[in-house]
Amino acid sequence: MLVVVLSLGAVVSAQDDPIEISIAGATGNSYAWLSEFVAPAFEDYMAEQGRDVTVNVIETSATAEDLRQQYVLDLGVGAGADLMAFDGFWLPEFVEGDLVQPLVDIVGPEVLEWEGWEQIPEGLQAILGYQGEVYGIAAGTDARAIWYRTDIFEAAGLPADWQPTSWEELLDAARALKEYDPEIWPLQLNAGLSMGEATTMQGYLMALLGAGHHIYDFEEEKWIVRSQAILDTLELYNTIYLEEELGNARFQLAQNGRDLSFEAFSDGEVAMLVEGDYFWRAVINPGADFGLDNRNEIVSFALMPAMEPGAGFNGQDFVTVSGGTGYIINPNTENPDVAWELLSYMFSLEALAELQEIEPRIRARQDAPVTGDDVMSAIASDVLPYTTVRPPLAAYNRVSAEAQLMTERVVSGEMTPLEAMNAYAEAVTDIVGEDSVMELPFEE
Amino acid sequence: MQRSLLSRPVSFLFVTPALLFVAVFLLYPFISIFYISFTNQTLTGATAVNPDFVGLDNYTRLFNFDRWMNRGEMGQSLLLTAQFVIGSALIGQAGLGLTIAMAFHRRKGFLRETVFTLAIAAWIIPDVVVAFAWFAFLDPDNGTLNAILSTIGLGNPDWLLDYPMLSIILFNTWRGTAFSMLLFSSALSSIPPSYLETAEVIGASPWQKFRDILFPLLRGYIVTDLILITLWTFNTFTPFLLTGGGPSFRSEVIAIYTYRTGLQFFEFGRGSAIAVVVMLINLLLASIYLLILRSRRAQS
Repeated sequence: MLVVVLSLGAVVSAQDDPIEISIAGATGNSYAWLSEFVAPAFEDYMAEQGRDVTVNVIETSATAEDLRQQYVLDLGVGAGADLMAFDGFWLPEFVEGDLVQPLVDIVGPEVLEWEGWEQIPEGLQAILGYQGEVYGIAAGTDARAIWYRTDIFEAAGLPADWQPTSWEELLDAARALKEYDPEIWPLQLNAGLSMGEATTMQGYLMALLGAGHHIYDFEEEKWIVRSQAILDTLELYNTIYLEEELGNARFQLAQNGRDLSFEAFSDGEVAMLVEGDYFWRAVINPGADFGLDNRNEIVSFALMPAMEPGAGFNGQDFVTVSGGTGYIINPNTENPDVAWELLSYMFSLEALAELQEIEPRIRARQDAPVTGDDVMSAIASDVLPYTTVRPPLAAYNRVSAEAQLMTERVVSGEMTPLEAMNAYAEAVTDIVGEDSVMELPFEE
Repeated sequence: MQRSLLSRPVSFLFVTPALLFVAVFLLYPFISIFYISFTNQTLTGATAVNPDFVGLDNYTRLFNFDRWMNRGEMGQSLLLTAQFVIGSALIGQAGLGLTIAMAFHRRKGFLRETVFTLAIAAWIIPDVVVAFAWFAFLDPDNGTLNAILSTIGLGNPDWLLDYPMLSIILFNTWRGTAFSMLLFSSALSSIPPSYLETAEVIGASPWQKFRDILFPLLRGYIVTDLILITLWTFNTFTPFLLTGGGPSFRSEVIAIYTYRTGLQFFEFGRGSAIAVVVMLINLLLASIYLLILRSRRAQS
């Protein structure tokens, strides 16, 4: 009797086909887009085809580091949401750890027939690609710059249309702001472990690239662990946070420091913040947690200058670095076909147009340009040409954490720049091995 | 000799489920962690799929005495853990617990009920809720503690950044005093009142009463209490919710150190090696506890 009931249940469920597809890692704007537009539209679209599909959008308020940790643990035991919002630089260690699979292997060759691929240049497909395989669809890319409060600048007698061409000019502006109002923190350049990758990308790399080289030598295929540029970078931190107190070290050390710095910028207590365009479109946009209703009038951006003109990475005058995010399909999904239907629907022109309404951004699809936001257009045209990316290597995350620690040791006053660099060199050598590190000359 | 109620085979049958349970949930994890600690197993990257046997490598790195006492290394973490255990468990919880129990010994009334209720409430509220409350309490600008301190002119310290160890010690004292308080309080109530009454009649001072009557009778309970809360405090992870082990690992007690290595840096092999060392320390503490218990039983 029981057997009959059970098998009957199986037949019914196969006919009704009620499927639940979950998306993990949604935050702020993307959560709004996924839950208010994508989920209902996709459910309707599936219903038209006679399939009963529910989309479950899982909002997260965790830091990127915590989200990555959750993915590692979920995927490691064969669990997790069907689609995962994913940061491109996580991919190498996930692939090598056998935690994720190429789209073609999960879904089948039909993924290659998607109309969108033609619209996404190979360089941007590679955001969620590794060693020639593609693991997901990239949502877009970004770039980093100095965001500053024009209202405070003008009050302090600085031009609203400002662009420093060296670190010294950047520091001079900070000094002028401090002189104008000692209560203001003129400049935050991210440091410290608690900000995680935001320290490496928005702080350490922005300074290091301006001092002459990257964290990794792509030709020698080695990590640079001691150099004059690293020392100069750490000296810059020392000047900002200890010697002249142009920035608030507490924001860099406290557990919730990143939010504190956002809040302070929003409240006019921080004048300059080196951040990605994420800051403009998802932190201080009107209606966001630290939103400024008059953002377009009182906030502007300047390019991050090299230490001296021409002294930057590849001889550049200005520097920036890009990352990229998107969504991957969990190899453990029970419904790879529907997961792919959803993923490709999310990146259809129709759905992307909705997202561009909520959050104009540099999209991976070239037929979805930035519209209606001059600042984001300027990021695409003026900043992006200077950009570089992080080394796509499995060891990057651990090295990056050591770089964060190195800046924390300087900013907290625990070590001098030279001591911190030596500790960094020792730790990185420990992680990647003697053969994968190199030194450049420096003066003690 | 007493004859046992059941025959040997039958009694074995009865304990089998318990033994199986212990084997599956205690022995197996222990053996697997012991094994992993000799590999370079990670949770991501190539060594997640194909870990290599690295012998004692993880252990020699843990006990590399050139940098043992650097921040974020094993020795430093053990030192912080010792400070944490001595400060919050031995002095804080046991000291405060004993003080409260003595203060309200043979007393009843509103004050006693209030103090006991508050202490027990602090003990039974879930960790995360408590951590949020303390976050608010210690906030440098809007926190209750600094509001009080600044009114009496004692400044506005940023507790979690400037005094991370003191903060988690105070926190854990507040959090766990109830256990010692309850244990001592019930131990005190088992002492016949006539002892103290006689002492009062012959004019003994409070200190003499404590030294000659209460302390000798409480000694066994004190030892039990100290060993238990030492074990618990040694392994507690809750400070993570307040400081995350920072800033710069300055409050990274051993449980947080293990977690960071194994589950934040994903170095499972090295994390397992730390876990093995921690287990050995726990085993040592537990053995001392059992030895003392046994010698007390032998005495009585």
